[in-house]
Amino acid sequence: MPASADPFIRLKGVRKAYRSGRNEHLAISDATFDVMPGELVSLVGPSGCGKSTLLKVLAGLHPHDGGELRIGTATHPFDPSRDVGMVFQAPLLLKWRRILANVLLPAEILGLPQKESRDRARELLALVGLTGYEDKYPYELSGGMQQRAAIARALVHDPKLVLMDEPFGALDALTREKMNLELLRIWQEARKTIIFVTHGISEAVFLGTRVVVLTAGPARMADNFEIGLPHPRLLDMKTHERFGEYTRRIYRLLGME
Amino acid sequence: MNDTGGGNARRTVLAILAHVALIVAWYLFVSLGNVPKFVMPSPGATLDALLQPNYSWWTNISVTAAEIFGGYFLALVGGVALALVFTWSKALESFFMPLLVSLNMIPKVALGPLIIVWFKYGVFPNTVMAFSICVFPILLTTARGLREVEPELLDLVRSLKGSRWQLFTKIQLPGSLPYLFAGMKVAAILAVAGAIVGEFLGSDKGLGYLMLQVQVTLDTPAMFMAVILITLIGMILYGSVLFLEKLFVAKDARIG
Repeated sequence: MPASADPFIRLKGVRKAYRSGRNEHLAISDATFDVMPGELVSLVGPSGCGKSTLLKVLAGLHPHDGGELRIGTATHPFDPSRDVGMVFQAPLLLKWRRILANVLLPAEILGLPQKESRDRARELLALVGLTGYEDKYPYELSGGMQQRAAIARALVHDPKLVLMDEPFGALDALTREKMNLELLRIWQEARKTIIFVTHGISEAVFLGTRVVVLTAGPARMADNFEIGLPHPRLLDMKTHERFGEYTRRIYRLLGME
Repeated sequence: MNDTGGGNARRTVLAILAHVALIVAWYLFVSLGNVPKFVMPSPGATLDALLQPNYSWWTNISVTAAEIFGGYFLALVGGVALALVFTWSKALESFFMPLLVSLNMIPKVALGPLIIVWFKYGVFPNTVMAFSICVFPILLTTARGLREVEPELLDLVRSLKGSRWQLFTKIQLPGSLPYLFAGMKVAAILAVAGAIVGEFLGSDKGLGYLMLQVQVTLDTPAMFMAVILITLIGMILYGSVLFLEKLFVAKDARIG
């Protein structure tokens, strides 16, 4: 990546505090990192380190209290009202809608043309491996499949930025590994910038082009480094010596070594 | 979720069998035990009660049904309307909801004598009785259903700068339907009790009124018949609610 390229996201000393009565709880103290267009950045840290808060700030759901936050460049413009896709720990599909209608929700909210949106939703369901499930209800799908549908929903309005908050945290270990590979494939095909919040250290290294490490209370940013593993990533890279070095580095930062 | 067609058919057969078995057991108990008719009539004697023309069965059935369905329908409209108002106005909700929760604690049956003072006796006060007993479960469950939106779904809508109206029509309203039906099911059972208590307290028509009349002459078969008819009216109401729920609420989302 050329050093001169403009980052898609730039955070400089971003700070966020929550007030409850007279107390102030510092959720993010000083977040500073850049995200290049098309990167998949893993945000890793223990529970309560402010990862989810940071995601909400990036989604424009909460204002930040200090520092500089910029998303979008001249070549990669960003419209905060339609360029964010979100995936949560729970699929949160609407129980009364069939899968295709669930995927279409963001397109409906944005008032995008119906015909095109439906075609796109079908393409995305194919991309996430759910062809043939368009007319099923969420309860007819397994947890992993529901989460695939949630990913398709996050992409239907063709956002530039996809924010994922521990999307595979509720899945069993095997399904989770499978979904990791799926996500990498989807990311490479959909060409999106993805911020992936997780507390899985190995998952963070395996998925990320870059890993941002946050430590808990006082919440602060501990490290930010590129993962020099080739793409496409393969599961046997987890036994790679360099993979071990990266995970050890994170364990050390989190004081677990 | 695992119900196959065959499983459903078997359930239906078993359900019918259980009802038939009860009637057979009833018959055997009365005939073998030589139970006097005024204590417990046989199924046949109970059916014979319908032949008594001076009991005006049809009139009484329609009066009781009108009270039950009328009170229930008013409670449905009123309860849902209030719940909707509360969703749109936090201020009104914070003010009235605690009050309504307290009012819900009033045993509605205890209002019976008052309702008669206010509205005389007849179909209308009994409808009011059924209404007052039904409206709270419908209102409270619907208001709760409208309130319960997953915070992340709210985030999803907000991240797309969705409007309040979109949140309401696409998420809150359909999401509240399972709750509404849960309230409607509870209310369907209560409506019957409300109307009958009303008729006991003061009326000149209806199956509850008829029961008090024939009790004086110890016409137990007619009392049995009246209870069966009241139950059937309740079953029609409850069954209609279940049918509508099947139409409007996804299988997985149904409550109760």
